[in-house]
Amino acid sequence: MNEAVQIERSTRISRLFAAFGLLLLLFLIIAPFYLGRSELYLLVEIFSYLALASLWNLLAGYTGLASVGQQGFVGLGGYSLFALTIFFRMPPIVAVLAAGIVAALLAVPTTWVIFRLKGAYFAIGTWVVAEVYRLVFAQVSALGAGSGTSLPTQVVQSIAPTRAARDNLIYWTGLGLVVAVLAVSYLILRSRWGLALTAIRDSESAAESVGVDNYRTKFLIYFLTAGATGSVGALISMQKLRISPEAAFSVNDWTAFVVFIVVIGGIGRMEGPLIGTIVFFLLRGFLADLGPWYLMLLGAFAIFITLTMPKGIAGWLAERFDLDLFPLRRRVRLPKLKSKDSTHSALVDDSTVLPT
Amino acid sequence: MDLVATVLDGILLGGLYALFASGLSLIFGVMRLVNTAHGDLIVLSAFIALVVTDRLGVHPLVSLVLVVPLMALLGYGLQRGIFNRTLGSDILPSVLVSFGLTVLLQNALLQIFSADSRRLQAGNLETLHIDLPGGMAVGVLPCLMFIVALIVIGGLQLLLYHTELGRAFRSVSDDQETAQLMGINNAHLFGLAMALSLAIVSVAGVFLGIRTNFDPSIGPTRLIFAFEAIIIGGLGDLWGTLVGGVILGVAQTLGARINPGYQILAGHLVFLAILTLRPQGFFAKLR
Repeated sequence: MNEAVQIERSTRISRLFAAFGLLLLLFLIIAPFYLGRSELYLLVEIFSYLALASLWNLLAGYTGLASVGQQGFVGLGGYSLFALTIFFRMPPIVAVLAAGIVAALLAVPTTWVIFRLKGAYFAIGTWVVAEVYRLVFAQVSALGAGSGTSLPTQVVQSIAPTRAARDNLIYWTGLGLVVAVLAVSYLILRSRWGLALTAIRDSESAAESVGVDNYRTKFLIYFLTAGATGSVGALISMQKLRISPEAAFSVNDWTAFVVFIVVIGGIGRMEGPLIGTIVFFLLRGFLADLGPWYLMLLGAFAIFITLTMPKGIAGWLAERFDLDLFPLRRRVRLPKLKSKDSTHSALVDDSTVLPT
Repeated sequence: MDLVATVLDGILLGGLYALFASGLSLIFGVMRLVNTAHGDLIVLSAFIALVVTDRLGVHPLVSLVLVVPLMALLGYGLQRGIFNRTLGSDILPSVLVSFGLTVLLQNALLQIFSADSRRLQAGNLETLHIDLPGGMAVGVLPCLMFIVALIVIGGLQLLLYHTELGRAFRSVSDDQETAQLMGINNAHLFGLAMALSLAIVSVAGVFLGIRTNFDPSIGPTRLIFAFEAIIIGGLGDLWGTLVGGVILGVAQTLGARINPGYQILAGHLVFLAILTLRPQGFFAKLR
């Protein structure tokens, strides 16, 4: 059997990365016992952006649904959390999940409208819908209308009685959410379904011709990402304890930055959002004091990466060093070639190539 | 009679929205590029006009003599330097780049001009009005905006269908490779299309600045208005875009009549309703 051609998915690097990931997860789970309040707060922010970026990557990078209206679902999730906990006395942690369900349900009528548009018009259509949600919530006086509202004290205390316990609970919710998002994305992308997504992205008509139900596939992925985005939005508003239409539906915070993270990290690769989130928070840490200059630099950097490195940092690493942290592709090992670098990777599951 | 006045206001406002939209429609038609920074470029030209009127002490409409060529030059440069490198069958790179440009422009304007609301001082023009029968009055400025929109769209139609440049635009729109084989320099032509688009944008920006307050953050909403006018009218038809702008304008003024908070929402809802019932728009080209 030594002579046979072998097909493998995981590489040594990806196995090492998996071990490292598990170790990191362990350290993150017990983080509240050795990290301070502000570090935990920052980590929840990082989890939120990592989750949002992974979800947008699934939509735009893998399925070709270039939505710039995901802030609509972030806002819906946030407002749902407030509404469910204030009006229905739902426990806040449960409400984070319920808010995701609300967002997913509202994604259904949203698709009726925006799926009539293609390409860039789809993109701006999603933005219009997000604006509609923002303007509607700006009219709801029970939730503070245009100026927003804070989470009432009894609701805050129903998260957990002490501040430290609240911080920890919010932290673990955030960690659970981002791990769930990454795990589900990974499982989807490894399945037949993941193959259908990239097929649609690369050519709708070709995908249809090999038996992919385009509309149903796109609908399902939009529905799922909207729900998860809603839960992340609920988490964000629970962490901030305050909500306003401008902040909850901000296109800059929840779409532009998320898009930049994915583009800089590497669109259409699972490593992309991870690397992008790290770069984003490093840049923010060093440059945020510069105010508008920081955002100008970020915008210019995103343009520069799109033009010079269309596959982002992760794509560059993958090409340069044949590095796959997540084993999504199948590789063919040819046994007759004996030198070490004779492992040819055949892209059976092409998750790297974005047509330009 | 009040209702008639509201509708009339909306129709004239539609002229401004058609001005926002025709530049966007042109570049989409010629090179399938959607520039999400379109709204921010409208705001940029309003700010340039502000500087020109301040420094030279001229009327905002006179400042167009400088603003139009400046923006056209910027458009040509942007297209040749950046956007041409994003064109292709995949629209994602152009969306990403123009999104980057949006954030870049907004924050540059914020840095230079702060977040304060500004306005272009147009003297008499802001208050002049014409009395109509039935005790109604209509402002000279809205009428002027509407007439300028008619001239711009008429001019674009003439250019596209009766000149050599227009023929070149239409040929690259139909088939870029064949057009290139026929000796057209696509990169240059795309540059010209963007220059023309931003020349129209600068006219729209100056009218916007005379009509309302503006600040660095209002660009995206103007982009959305432009986009809605195009979709309502039907892709690729400039007169349709004018009708789309008018429908949007009337929806907004009627919404504002019910409750000032409903102005923009009413426009969006009419847009979504039309998109659902008649996704091809009212005047879609059967190409």
